[in-house]
Amino acid sequence: MEIIYILWLRQVKRYLRSKTRIIGSLGQPLLFMVAFGFGFGPIYSKAGGGDYLEFLVPGVIAMSILFTATFSGLEIIWDRQFGFLKEMLVAPVSRLQIMFGRSLGGATVAVIQGLIVFILSLFVGFQVSNWWLALAALAFMFLVAFLFTLFGTGIASLMKDAQGFQLIVNFLIMPLFFLSGAFFPLEGLPRALAVVVRANPLSYGVDGLRGTLVGLAQFSLLTDFTILFLAVIFLLVAASYLFSKIEA
Amino acid sequence: MIIKVNKLTKKFKDLTAVSDLSFEVEEGEILAFLGPNGAGKTTTIKMLTTVLDPTDGKIELNGYDPMTQKDMVRHSFGIVFQDSSVDDDLTAYENMMIHAVLYGLKKTEREMKIRNLLEFVELWDRRGKLVKTFSGGMKRRLEIAKGLLHHPKILFLDEPTQGLDPQTRSHIWEYIKKMNEEEKMTVFFTTHYIEEADRVAHRVVVVDHGQIAAVGTPAELKAQTGKDNLEDAFIALTGRTIREESASQNSFMRPPGRMGGRRR
Repeated sequence: MEIIYILWLRQVKRYLRSKTRIIGSLGQPLLFMVAFGFGFGPIYSKAGGGDYLEFLVPGVIAMSILFTATFSGLEIIWDRQFGFLKEMLVAPVSRLQIMFGRSLGGATVAVIQGLIVFILSLFVGFQVSNWWLALAALAFMFLVAFLFTLFGTGIASLMKDAQGFQLIVNFLIMPLFFLSGAFFPLEGLPRALAVVVRANPLSYGVDGLRGTLVGLAQFSLLTDFTILFLAVIFLLVAASYLFSKIEA
Repeated sequence: MIIKVNKLTKKFKDLTAVSDLSFEVEEGEILAFLGPNGAGKTTTIKMLTTVLDPTDGKIELNGYDPMTQKDMVRHSFGIVFQDSSVDDDLTAYENMMIHAVLYGLKKTEREMKIRNLLEFVELWDRRGKLVKTFSGGMKRRLEIAKGLLHHPKILFLDEPTQGLDPQTRSHIWEYIKKMNEEEKMTVFFTTHYIEEADRVAHRVVVVDHGQIAAVGTPAELKAQTGKDNLEDAFIALTGRTIREESASQNSFMRPPGRMGGRRR
């Protein structure tokens, strides 16, 4: 337990110390909210969709969590290059504990990032429909964060160089992101696309956030939660396996 | 015998780093594992410490097999790596604390032990500074302090004193010798400062091209080669050619220039 805690703490400390990382990674979500929110807003409401910002913000929060979480896998590759990975791998502790502590840390960082985006969105004009329900959004933020931290960890366990990791991850998460309903409604999609969207775990994260923040869920919150939870369990097993195969 | 190595072989794609290596280490012994660059020293240590799996051969460490009983083996040893294994973005103290927790030091003794060792390597005043602000020598001292934090049955030291001044080196060897005498701790080390081996080691294993070139006490090796110091004996045993080190094997583990240009 203490091992998980100290490795969690390490990830969080590293994040909090890196001011450039915090501020730099807020630029993109802010730009999306301002540019898309005000740019597409009028068209969206003319088309009868209602308030676009209300629709968009949960998607942008999910996006920043997705990116922060997945790219936390990069830290494994840095740790390998700078030697700290060896320190952990020869220690008399199970790989599962190491992986779990790190991933919880990565997920926590991603949730903090999501919360900052949420707070920024309030300044842009986003309104929460029910603050009590919004607390449940935290659970969805954490599930999405943990899910994609594990995803990044699994991929990083297979790779040795940072550039390769970035390429592969961009290649994998861009489609996940665009086909999650983060930016556009999921009604009336061509059948093939609808299947892909339904198979994408991020769709349920975006939907859960939308349901809890503005009451606009397309699936039920229980469905969202169950599917995300199962996806986390599945990736936990997969990432543990891949991480246990790492040779320093 | 606390370490038994039998016909150990490690091949990387087209390179045989260690070939048919056999030797034994007795409990409580200080063994110097010497060899020119690229002789297979670090690769052997990696296999002994569960970081790499051998291609062939058998290892027994404290009665356990590093291939199949990794956890038991990891409980048996401590290691000071040849290259950096600290987190640059944390402070010296935080690095020590992570190590203390990973190695299961009791809560009550952690702070005192960390303080003692940081004072010992004269880094206590800088405990709150990020490691990335440290010089090469300071980082090396931190690595050593970290490695000595828990007292394992077997301590591996891969070129621990590389790049340190003679004062610090002798200071550190005194400490290791004391641990060896007081706790019967087995010490297995590599170094390119041959006089360190002469002064500290009970026994020396010389490897070259992944194979054993000679085994014996420093006095025996000197007698065997008819030289009056171990460095000359070492050169007589391994020849004068300068070795090309293959960079292909695991070169990602050794980022150039991170530790002041140190080499294997």
